[in-house]
Amino acid sequence: MSFKTVFTPAIPAIIAANAPKIVAQDVNVYYGEKSAIKELSITIPDKAVSAFIGPSGCGKSTFLRSINRMNDTIPSCRVTGKIAFDGMDIYDRAVDVVELRARIGMVFQKPNPFPKSIFENVAYGVRIHGLAKDKVDLERIVTESLQRASLWDEVKDRLAHAGTGLSGGQQQRLCIARAIAVNPEVILMDEPCSALDPIATARIEELISDLKQNFCIVIVTHSMQQAARVSDLTAFFHLGTLVEVGDTDAVFTNPQEKRTQDYITGRFG
Amino acid sequence: MSDHIVKAYDSDLAQLKSMLSEMGGMAEEQLAKAIDALIRRDLKLADSVIAADQLLDAKEIEVEERAVLTIAKRQPMAQDLRNVMVTIRIAADIERIGDLAKNIAKRSHAIYDGIPQRLTKGLERMGQLSQAQLKLVLDAFASSDADKAMDVWRHDEDIDALYNSIFRELLTYMMEDPRMIGACTHLLFATKNIERIGDHATNIAENIYYLVHGYMLKEQRPKNDKTSVTPFSSLNND
Ligand SMILES: Nc1ncnc2c1ncn2[C@@H]1O[C@H](COP(=O)(O)OP(=O)(O)OP(=O)(O)O)[C@@H](O)[C@H]1O
Ligand SMILES: [Mg+2]
Repeated sequence: MSFKTVFTPAIPAIIAANAPKIVAQDVNVYYGEKSAIKELSITIPDKAVSAFIGPSGCGKSTFLRSINRMNDTIPSCRVTGKIAFDGMDIYDRAVDVVELRARIGMVFQKPNPFPKSIFENVAYGVRIHGLAKDKVDLERIVTESLQRASLWDEVKDRLAHAGTGLSGGQQQRLCIARAIAVNPEVILMDEPCSALDPIATARIEELISDLKQNFCIVIVTHSMQQAARVSDLTAFFHLGTLVEVGDTDAVFTNPQEKRTQDYITGRFG
Repeated sequence: MSDHIVKAYDSDLAQLKSMLSEMGGMAEEQLAKAIDALIRRDLKLADSVIAADQLLDAKEIEVEERAVLTIAKRQPMAQDLRNVMVTIRIAADIERIGDLAKNIAKRSHAIYDGIPQRLTKGLERMGQLSQAQLKLVLDAFASSDADKAMDVWRHDEDIDALYNSIFRELLTYMMEDPRMIGACTHLLFATKNIERIGDHATNIAENIYYLVHGYMLKEQRPKNDKTSVTPFSSLNND
């Protein structure tokens, strides 16, 4: 079985310009017998934002989770094909999954801070991966991460308070601070703004465009406007297939595939 | 193209389109009347054209406001976005065509000496050509027909060529009989305005091309207007 993804343009400019960070080839993902991702191939560029869009249930989260092997936690889930991260096959037996997830961090749709202090939420990963030399270094990393997540000013006077006591938007930025504290190379975000108001959303978007200077970012979003605003590359998924991949500017002004056009213009659900 | 899930979005776009068609119809009528008024020196008709121009101006503002509201409410993407953008641009071109028609009508007042018979013929032909181009390009918009739009785009040359020859003829008249200078100068402006109406029709054609294809036309339009580089001395050697 083979499915041909359409590229808009033939070689998207951002893929040509930036180094490839993640290269997926003929990836299939199954939940038991059910196939959720079919013959998917894509190159995700470094130091850029790639957006996954598509109707609910089309497999965006499934594919996103296969990039840092989060799917391993689902017993029925099986992944075939190849996903290379800086050229390394992430499904190779020798790969240390814990270390992989430190290098490929994830932010979920619902903010999920640990039931610990704001400080501990950020410090936790740094400590278990042994990334801080001493206490002073740890404090520096926590402070910097909170600053980069543009949360510092709002929490600097209450670092010992529970992370769960923050507002939804603050919690989401706390989770982003936690994700970047371990110095990952890739950040996967699954609908990071779906529970946030426009101001908090704008803050996260500002943060995303700031972070892309140093990271490879993949974001799943249901907001076409958000995908158009923050991303460089847009990938449209439908029924488990990758229909069209292209430079965001081209996809949102002149998509090649009818299904892409219908979806982004609000013609089917 | 299939319908939007939100029905009101379809009717927003349909309304924009019909407002623009209405504007196009108004401009066609203004142009026809203006040329008629000039050729027959019908001052009453000319005045009615001058007065009616503000309706076209008002309509353009209405279209623009509608389009902005549609962007704010629907946040159009892809073809829908091009559709709204192109509507705004075409409305501006039609409004300019209206201004030029008004200016042509105004000239009828100034040409009290009458126009030499031969010149009237040229003017008439130029008027017919520009009206045909405008009609065709508006049809092309109504049916989103990029090929038809490209016909208009290519044939603008004909208007340019005609303008060229009228220009030279007018200069000759002026050199032969200085008493003709007043009337001929006004006629020169009137024909220049018709030539520019042709340019606006080609702008509209380019926008239809963009609407349909999703990218701008890259080709340069064949230009046949040589009047800006025609020296007086060349006129005697024809
Ligand atoms: N843990 C699971 N077990 C079985 N099937 C699953 C599981 N998770 C997802 N699926 C199925 O896989 C398909 C893809 O789901 P996925 O969550 O990847 O979609 P999605 O594009 O992220 O949708 P949404 O936009 O609603 O989040 C769906 O048909 C879904 O029912
Ligand atoms: Mg999902």
